Amino acid sequence: MEAVQGPPLSPHQIRRIVLHQSKRAHVGHIGSALSIAEIMAALYAHVLRIPDPDDPDRDRFVLSKGHAALAVYAALHLKGWLTKEELNTFCADGTLLGVHPEHALKGVDFSTGSLGHGLSIGAGAALAARLRHSQRRAFVLVSDAECNTGSLWEAVMFAAHHRLANLVAIIDLNGQQAFGYTNQVLSLTPMGERWRAFGWDVHEVDGHDVEAITQAITGLDTSSGPPHVLIAQTVFGRGVSYMERQIKWHYWPMSDAEYQQALEEIDATS
Amino acid sequence: MRGAFTRTLLELAEQDPRILLLTGDLGYTVLEPFAERFPDRFFNVGVAEQNMVGLATGLAEAGLIPFCYSIATFISLRPYEFIRNGPILQRLPVRIVGVGGGFEYGTAGATHHALEDVGVMRLQPGLTVIAPADYEQARTAVLATWARPGPIYYRLGKDDKTTVPGLGGRFELGRAQLIRDGTDLMIITMGSVASEAASAAAALADQGISCTVGVVASVNPAPVDDLAALLARFPLVLTVEAHYVTGAVGSLVSEVVAERGLGCRVVRCGVRVTPDGLSGSQGYLHQMHGLSSNAIVRTALHQLQAHREMK
Repeated sequence: MEAVQGPPLSPHQIRRIVLHQSKRAHVGHIGSALSIAEIMAALYAHVLRIPDPDDPDRDRFVLSKGHAALAVYAALHLKGWLTKEELNTFCADGTLLGVHPEHALKGVDFSTGSLGHGLSIGAGAALAARLRHSQRRAFVLVSDAECNTGSLWEAVMFAAHHRLANLVAIIDLNGQQAFGYTNQVLSLTPMGERWRAFGWDVHEVDGHDVEAITQAITGLDTSSGPPHVLIAQTVFGRGVSYMERQIKWHYWPMSDAEYQQALEEIDATS
Repeated sequence: MRGAFTRTLLELAEQDPRILLLTGDLGYTVLEPFAERFPDRFFNVGVAEQNMVGLATGLAEAGLIPFCYSIATFISLRPYEFIRNGPILQRLPVRIVGVGGGFEYGTAGATHHALEDVGVMRLQPGLTVIAPADYEQARTAVLATWARPGPIYYRLGKDDKTTVPGLGGRFELGRAQLIRDGTDLMIITMGSVASEAASAAAALADQGISCTVGVVASVNPAPVDDLAALLARFPLVLTVEAHYVTGAVGSLVSEVVAERGLGCRVVRCGVRVTPDGLSGSQGYLHQMHGLSSNAIVRTALHQLQAHREMK
């Protein structure tokens, strides 16, 4: 499924928007948004069945790592569902485009921002599809640090017990959280074995390869069997050398010089 | 009330396929009629209240009406943030059903006593909060509200036998119900402890003191106009609730008095201290916290005397 208008829905375009809007609004959470650019591109360009954001039978998408909402806004803009003018209200007074996503914005299915919340919502959306005899699916993008929360594992157990084959979780395994590296804060290793032990169908994938992500998802049996999880190996801050794997870029905003360098780097590697 | 709730929900579910029932592994001997009639619409999600509310959020967005059932403390406090960030902020028709308000789970101990559930729920302007006084009112209240847009908290009692004299199962959203009319003292009550307040009013009548007794089951939207009209008639009001004195009906009445500039003194009967670990029956705990009918009578007499002396 291609973008209906505007520039092509590519990771490069998503990164450009993330950098531009973060700079304009002088806010952080840049590294977290950059690490999911390919996942967003795969989902919105190739995976999600959304004829229209208001279609009741569309696939549902939950950005459980809500702090990366800017990457979703970028995708919505590139799909043609969010105008440039709307995008330019990011973090302005009276906007629906805050740092975390708000359901009142067309294209956002659920408000999120408190980690550990989204997978249970996605499980509910998947269960609703089953009860309504719909083929629609629910996709939930969680952060690796979100797997610290007990509530996430409640949802993991429920989805496996009820064999919600139409539920797909994607873990942005960038190895970082707000105040440190995940292996230093609260070890999540081995991530895949944990989910497998809970009864999920586990796939490991390069989180910066749009084609690999797309193929992994399109190969899933979403009509029967266990729920699915893609463990997407990513690099925090991907594409901007001074942000990659750096804790400070969870919250830090860019200076003018940093913005210029970031743009040059992502343009050079696109 | 929980039996009446299940029977009522069963009737509604026969008519409306959107209704689902989720439980956090509670409701043994109560929810079976629903589970047996609608096995595909009943989910015991296990001991996982946060996930239950998260699931309900996803289900409600898809047009379903999930009822989430558990003991009042568990369903109001453990997943509170999920209730806030889910159905409240996203305006979804999730129904939170908490059983056992106040000391109804007496000997089970303090972890099971819901003393702040109504208070924390009433903090949320976007949440309808219903606390029926008996099973007849519970049925009427569920019938009157279940299809409302947006989320609802139902605080239900366990008792399916006792009725509050004079109430007759009446309920109206945003209104208070008068169950007794008098001239000397006003009593405003909420929940199943209303029967203690009603007994106290009857005992006071035997001593020549006539009370008006009002029941607030529609906590949000609150019956502000009804309360203001009643309170304007009395110099002294007692609020009676199996709840901490902050947050629920005692607070509501105080707010109405203050905001409307009424000259009524408010005496809040309720729980004022953190439980000390001493357990016992509901009757014992009501006695200990001044909520038995005898204790309410004593408080009323004392406060009326104090009021006369102040004048």
